[in-house]
Amino acid sequence: MKTIALLGERFLDWLESVGRAGIFLAQSVCRLPVRFKESIRLLVAQLYSVGVLSLVIVVVSGAFIGMVLALQGYSILAKFGSEEAVGQLLALSLLRELAPVVTALLFAGRAGSSLTAEIGLMKATEQLSSYEMMGVDPLRRIIAPRFIAGVICLPLLSLIFSATGIIGGLVVSVSWLGVHDGAFWSLMQQSVYFDTDIMNGFIKVVCFSVVVTWIAVYQGYECVPTSEGIGKATTRTVVLGSLAILALDFVLTAAMFGDF
Amino acid sequence: MRNKRTELFVGSFIVLGMLAFVYLAVQVSGLAFTGKKDTYQVVARFDDIGGLTSRAKVAIAGVTIGSVESITFDKELYMGLVTMNIDSNVGNIPTDSSAAILTSGLLGEKYIGISIGAEDDMLENGSEIYDTQSALVLETLISQFLFKSDDEG
Repeated sequence: MKTIALLGERFLDWLESVGRAGIFLAQSVCRLPVRFKESIRLLVAQLYSVGVLSLVIVVVSGAFIGMVLALQGYSILAKFGSEEAVGQLLALSLLRELAPVVTALLFAGRAGSSLTAEIGLMKATEQLSSYEMMGVDPLRRIIAPRFIAGVICLPLLSLIFSATGIIGGLVVSVSWLGVHDGAFWSLMQQSVYFDTDIMNGFIKVVCFSVVVTWIAVYQGYECVPTSEGIGKATTRTVVLGSLAILALDFVLTAAMFGDF
Repeated sequence: MRNKRTELFVGSFIVLGMLAFVYLAVQVSGLAFTGKKDTYQVVARFDDIGGLTSRAKVAIAGVTIGSVESITFDKELYMGLVTMNIDSNVGNIPTDSSAAILTSGLLGEKYIGISIGAEDDMLENGSEIYDTQSALVLETLISQFLFKSDDEG
């Protein structure tokens, strides 16, 4: 009996926190900074720390993933004598699946965790409450620019990831393994469609960006304001964010590419 | 001063993202920005379309001159009705030309190859190619071969 009561209580707690997160999202999007110039300044600072600073890790991992894909794909395709199809393999797997998912996972680890830690520390050092004391809405001043910056940056990073991945794969397969470059490009262009492949991948990564940034800022805003609490919140951002990305990816893939 | 540098970095980041998008669109998917080309539609009925898909290419002498617009089922004749868009520049296809569903390479994509006829009248928008050759279905081919060698033996 007691366990059932406890379970029910847990469930209600969980439901409540979901509701809180939803209200939080709605509030921080609705209460965008009003003064245009000021809000742009805040947004640019966040775009820098969320986007520009994540660029290096995204470019490097994109290039390496493209190179590995080309290498692995080549060794298997060469058995069937169709090693030119490595371009097709590279482009389709990057655009449809790898770029959105891997970029979002990297983003959750690189930018999401730092957002949570930053907001959590602001809460712990009572900067958030002092903003409130001064009559400045922390949702408007702290949360909204970070959220919007995350939603803008992740899709751009994913596009850059795809492009560097394809260039990396091109270098390995054409310059190193000796695949004919005309066949590489023409097979790729024949099989990649702008609306089904590039746009669906883009829609995917936009969904991921909303979810990951939402989790990151919410965990920071709701964390227990101690050093331990901040640590736990940061871990939760990465774990929950990654799981949410993978689960959402399955649902989106089934909806987009599931009809054969 | 610090702020200016930040803005510069953010600006180049966003430009880089846009460039990546354009690169993917143009180089990887081969998207052309010239808009819809002037085309005219020609239909053909096949006994077996054998894995032909819409947007497959239509070629004469191996050169792409159009694409498959749609594939539907003709209820009265029990045949596959293929509608093709052909480039208006190629307006001199004789009416007795034949269309065949071919495969590029052993495992490649299906496409429609048009062999030129000898008639003086040319195909126009909405006209039909009557002389068609269905896709080669590997199973049919193999079974023909097997039964034939049985007869001989």
